[in-house]
Amino acid sequence: MQQFEEQDFTKKFDLSLWKKILHYAKDYHKDLYRLAGAMAITAGCDVLFPLMTSYAIDHFIPNLNHPGGTDGLPGFIVAYLILLVIQVIAIFRFLYLGGKVEVGTCYTIRKRAFRKLQELPFSYYDRMPVGYLMSRMTSDTQRLSETIGWSLIDLCWGAVMIVASSITMFLLNWKMTLVVLLVVPPLAVISWWFQQRILKSYRAVRKTNSKITGAFNEGIMGAKTTKTLVREEMNMEEFTELTHTMKRSSVRAASLSAVYLPIVVSLGSIATAYALWQGGQQVIIGGMTLGVLQVFVNYTVQFFQPIRDIAAVFAEMQSAQAAAERVMTLLETEPDIIDSPEVEAEFGDNFHPKKENWPALQGNVEFRHVDFQYKEGEKVLSDFNLKIKSGETIALVGPTGAGKSTVVNLVCRFYEPTGGEILIDGVNYKQRSQLWLQSNLGYVLQEPRLFSGTIRDNIRYAKLDATDAEIEAAAKMVNAESFILKMEKGYDTDVGEGGNRLSTGEKQLISFARAILADPRIFVLDEATSSVDTQTEQMIQHAISKVLTGRTSFIIAHRLSTIRTADRILVIDDGKIKEMGTHQELLRLKGAYYNLYTNQFQEEQAMEILGKNEG
Amino acid sequence: MHNRKLRLMGNLMLENKWYFLAALLCTVMTVIIEFITPIVLAETLDYYLQGKPSRMPAFINAWVDAWGGPSFMARNLWIVGLVMVGLNLLSGVFSFTKSRTQSIAGENVSLMLREKLYSHIQKLPFSYHVKAETGDLVQRCTSDVETVRRFLAMQLMSVVNALMMITFAIVYLLQENVKITLISMIMVPGLFLFAYLFFKWVIKNFRLSDEAEGKMSAVLQENLTGVRVVRAFGQQEYEVEKFEKVSEDYRKKSFKLSKLLATYWATSDAMSMIQSMVTLLTCVFFAIRGEITIGTLTIFTSYVWKLLWPIRQLGRILSDAGKSAVAMGRIDEILSQETEPEEKDAKKPSLKGDIVFDHVNFRYEEGREVLKDMSFTIPAGKTVAILGATGSGKSTVVHLLQRLFEPQSGEIRIGDTPLREIDRYYLRSHVGLVLQEPFLYSKTLKENVGITLRNPTDEQIDQAVTDAAAKEFILESDKGYETLVGERGVTLSGGQKQRIAIARTLMKENDILIFDDSLSAVDTETDAQIRAALKKRSEDTTTIIISHRIVTLSQADLILVMEDGRVSEQGTHEELIHSGGLYSRIFNIQSALEEEFKEEKASHATV
Repeated sequence: MQQFEEQDFTKKFDLSLWKKILHYAKDYHKDLYRLAGAMAITAGCDVLFPLMTSYAIDHFIPNLNHPGGTDGLPGFIVAYLILLVIQVIAIFRFLYLGGKVEVGTCYTIRKRAFRKLQELPFSYYDRMPVGYLMSRMTSDTQRLSETIGWSLIDLCWGAVMIVASSITMFLLNWKMTLVVLLVVPPLAVISWWFQQRILKSYRAVRKTNSKITGAFNEGIMGAKTTKTLVREEMNMEEFTELTHTMKRSSVRAASLSAVYLPIVVSLGSIATAYALWQGGQQVIIGGMTLGVLQVFVNYTVQFFQPIRDIAAVFAEMQSAQAAAERVMTLLETEPDIIDSPEVEAEFGDNFHPKKENWPALQGNVEFRHVDFQYKEGEKVLSDFNLKIKSGETIALVGPTGAGKSTVVNLVCRFYEPTGGEILIDGVNYKQRSQLWLQSNLGYVLQEPRLFSGTIRDNIRYAKLDATDAEIEAAAKMVNAESFILKMEKGYDTDVGEGGNRLSTGEKQLISFARAILADPRIFVLDEATSSVDTQTEQMIQHAISKVLTGRTSFIIAHRLSTIRTADRILVIDDGKIKEMGTHQELLRLKGAYYNLYTNQFQEEQAMEILGKNEG
Repeated sequence: MHNRKLRLMGNLMLENKWYFLAALLCTVMTVIIEFITPIVLAETLDYYLQGKPSRMPAFINAWVDAWGGPSFMARNLWIVGLVMVGLNLLSGVFSFTKSRTQSIAGENVSLMLREKLYSHIQKLPFSYHVKAETGDLVQRCTSDVETVRRFLAMQLMSVVNALMMITFAIVYLLQENVKITLISMIMVPGLFLFAYLFFKWVIKNFRLSDEAEGKMSAVLQENLTGVRVVRAFGQQEYEVEKFEKVSEDYRKKSFKLSKLLATYWATSDAMSMIQSMVTLLTCVFFAIRGEITIGTLTIFTSYVWKLLWPIRQLGRILSDAGKSAVAMGRIDEILSQETEPEEKDAKKPSLKGDIVFDHVNFRYEEGREVLKDMSFTIPAGKTVAILGATGSGKSTVVHLLQRLFEPQSGEIRIGDTPLREIDRYYLRSHVGLVLQEPFLYSKTLKENVGITLRNPTDEQIDQAVTDAAAKEFILESDKGYETLVGERGVTLSGGQKQRIAIARTLMKENDILIFDDSLSAVDTETDAQIRAALKKRSEDTTTIIISHRIVTLSQADLILVMEDGRVSEQGTHEELIHSGGLYSRIFNIQSALEEEFKEEKASHATV
C-alpha cells in the first residue's frame, strides 16, 4: 500500500518535469508570452509611478532648490493619465490571461488524463483506490495549472521589477544603490528559508485537517458500534489529541508567517533608513533634490516585495512538484493490455472503432494451457484448460479467492493470460481488438452499478442509438417494466447518483435490461449475494434465464436455482478445476459440490421461510 | 434560534476574551505606528531639511532643541533612520503578537467547536444515528466550523483594522488639511460600495462554478467506480464525450468567474489609482500656492494607499458575512439535538441474574408495534438461541437489552433490577453485543481487536483472536496484525469482519454476550468452532445467539421462536422439532434434502 502514501516535499527542483508540463500547456504558449508581457508592463509602471511623484515635487513645488511653478503641469497630468490607463489595461490583461491559462491548462490535462484512464487496464484500477485517482484528476491538476498560470508569471513580474528598480536607482545614485543592494542577499536567504518552512507547516495543517474529517466521518458512521462497545471516552481522547495537534500545527504555521513578515520589513527598513540618512545629507549640500530623495526612499520600500514573492513562488513550485509528479505519472502510464498496431489498423482503437471490419462473434471460447498471476510468484491459474461451445451456460462455484473471478476477467480480456492463450471462435483474442470483444460482451455485476440519469438513460447505455421501443422491450423482457411504470415518471425517473434511489433488486433488474439491450454473444454474470425480497428474487431469476438463452454465459453463481440450470458446473478451488459436470453428475460424486450444495440448500430454505429482508 | 446562534458565538469569544483583546490592542498599535512612520518622514523633509514648521509634539522638539535643533538633526539624519527602523521593529513585534494571538483565538474557537460537536454527536441517542446523513453532518463539522473560525479570527479583525484605519486617517488628516482630506476620500464610499455590491452580485457565479466542479467530479467518480460497466459495454468513447462536456462547462464557468474577478481588480485598481492621482495633483496644487509643505504631500500620498486597501477588503468581507451566520446556525442545529439523558444515581448491579422481559411493548414509530406484550425469561448462565422471521423483533430485543432504545411500556429486568435503573454505560460495557454488519475502525487489525481496552496485552489479543477463529486469516494477510483496515487498507469479507467484531467483544469480560446474527457470514464449521471456544471460555456467561442455522440453534439450552413481535414458542430442540411450528419447519428442510437425493437417484436409475 505504500505507493499511495502522499509524497512530501520533493527536495530537488526538477526542471525537466516542468518542461514536460509546459508542453501540455502548449495551446496556451502564446497567451503565456502575452501574459509575461502584461506582467512586465505592470512591473514597469510600478517603477515609474514613484518617479512621477518625485518629478512633481522637484518641478512644481517651491523648495530649497528651485522656486516651483505650474510650467509643464498639463503635460505631466496627461503623462500620468496615460501611464494610469496603461497600468490598468496591463493589470486587466494579466489577470484575464492568467485565468485563461490556468483554466485552459487544467482542462487540457484533465482531458488527456481522462482518456488515459479509459485505456488503462483493470490491473491499474485494482492497484489504485478511486479516491486517489480522484485527487489526481481534481486537486492535483488544479494545483498544477495554478502554478503554471500564476507562479511562473509572478517570477516574471518579480524579475522585471527588481531589474527595473535597480537600474533606476543606479541612475539616480549608484553609490547609495550599491549599499542598499547589500540587504538583498540576506533577505533572499531569509525569505527562502522561511517560505519553505511556512509551506511545509501549512501542509502539516492540511494533513491533520483531513485526519479530523476522517475522524468525524468515522465517529458518525461508527456511532452505533461506538455505543455498543462503550468507546465514547476513548474515541473522545483520540479526537482531542487530533484537535490539539491541529491547534499546535495551525498556530505554528500562522506564527511562522507572522514572524517572517516583520523580519523582512525591518530588514528592508534598514535600507530605507540608510537612504534617508545619506540622501538627506546630499540634499543639504545640494547633491540631491528632495524629489529624488523621496523616490529613493520609496524604492527601498517597494524593492523588497518582489524578492519576497520570488521566494514564495519557488517554495510553492517545490511543493506543487509533488502534485505535478503524480499527474505526470498518470499521463505517462502505459496500459499493459494494448492492441497491436496491426490489430488497431484493421479493427480500430478504443475511441475510433472500424466496425465494418469486425467479424461476427459466435461465442466459442477456449482456454488453452492458461497460466495467470496478479502478482509475481502468486499463480492464480496454472495450465487451465477449458473448451466452451457457443450457447453453453457455465456456472463457476467455489470458495472466495479460488479463481472464479479470474476466469471471468480473462474471458473479458480485462486481464490477459501470463501464459497459454485464450481463443474465441478459434482465434487467439489478442488478434482482435479489445473493443470488438467487449462490444459483444454482456456483464452484470454483483453489486449493480448504474449511472446518474433516468432509467431510460441507464438501459440505453448498452446501445446508445437504441429506440425507446427497444428500451421498453428490453425492460419488459426482464419483467422490469412493472416496477418502472409504478415510479413517478416511469422510464424518465431519475435514479440518483450511482442509482441510489432504487433498491438493490431494482438496480439488478435494470442492469439485466441493459445487458439484454446490448444483445451480447457472451454473457458474464457475477451473481449477487445480497438478499432481496422473495418477489424480486423470482423476477431476477426469470430475468437471468431470459438473458442466458442462446448466449455463451459464465456465471459466478451463489444461488442454487441458477447453478442447477447451468449446462456445466465448474467447481474451482486453488486455481484448478476440481470438479466439472452437470448438477446430477456432481451430486453423485459426493465431493466438494455435494458438500457445498447440502449446506447452502439448508440455508437458502431457512431464509426463505424466515423471509428475506433481515431488519 | 437567532439568539441561540449569537449566544454560542458570543460564548466562544468570551472564553477567549484575553486573546481577542490582545489581538485588538495589537491591531490598534500597528495602525498607530503605521500612521507615525510617514509623519516622521514628513517631519524630516519639512522641519529638519527645510526649516518649515514642526508637527511633532513639544516634548520631542524639546529633545531636538537640547541636541542642537533641526540643523543638528539634518546633519545627523541617521537618528531619524534609527527611529524608522525602531518603529518598524516595534510594529513587527505588535503585528507578530497580533497574528499569533488571533490565530490562537481562532484555533481555540474551532477546537472547542469541534470537540463540542464530536462529543455531542457521540452522546446523541441511537435513534438519531439511525436516520443521520453522514455526508451532511461531516460537512457541518468541518467546513462550517472553518467558516466560523475564519470569521471570528480573521474577518472580524480585518473589519476592526479597516475601521481603525479610517478613523485614524480622518482624525489626523483633517488636522493637516480639511480640503485635501475631503478630496482624498472622495472615492472611498464609491470603492467600498463597489466592492460590496460586486461580491454580492458575483456570488452567484462562485456558486455556479462550484456546482459545475461538483458535477465534473461526480461524472469522474461515476466513471472510475463504474469502470467495469464502461468497459463491458465498450462505451469509452461515450464516456470521454460525457466527461468533456462537463469539464468544458466547468472551464467556461470558472473562466467566466476569473474574468469577472479580473474586471473587479482592474476596476478597483483604476479607482484607487485615480484617487491617488487626484490626491497627488491636489497636493501639488496646494503646495504651489504654498498652503502645504512637501511633508504634507508625502503624508497624504502614502495614506491614500493605506486607506484604500482595507476599504476594498471591507466590502468583500461584508458581502459574505451572511455565510458565517448560516454556518453557525447549521452547527447549532446539531448541538441543540437532545442527547441521551444523564443519569445521576444509576445502579451498577451484578448482571449475572436471569433476564426477564415482562409484558414489553415497543415501537420505533407511532402505530407500528414491533414488540407486542412480549414476555420471556432467559436463565442466567445459559445459552439461548433466538429464531425469528423478518420483522419479528429479534434485533429490537437485543437493542433494548443494551438500552439503545427504551420500551414504551412493560419492564425488562436483569436479576431483580429493572433495566432502566442500571447505568447505561455500565450496562453496555458488561453486555457484549456483536452486530450482523459490524463497523470496523480504520486502524490496524490489532488495534481493532484491542479497541475496547486501554492497554491490551498481546496475550489477550491472541486469545480473543484465536477464540473468534480469526487468527488464521489475520496471519495470512500482508502485514498480519498490522494490516490496515478501511479505505486506505484492505477490504475484509463479511465473515472476516464478523470475526474481528467477535474478537473485539471477547477482549472484555462479559456477563451477557449477544450475537445478533453475527455468525451469518462465516461457514458452518467456523460457526461451530467459535461457539465451542465460547463455551470453554466462560461457563457462566449468559449467551444469546440470533441465528437461522439449525445446527447452531439446536445446541442451545433454550430456543425462543419469535413471530410478529411475540414469542410464539420456546423450548429445547427436542421439544420443538415435533411442535409443527416455525422451528420444526426449518428443521424439516434437512429431511427434505435427503428426500431430494432419493428422488434424483431414482430418476437417474429410470433413465
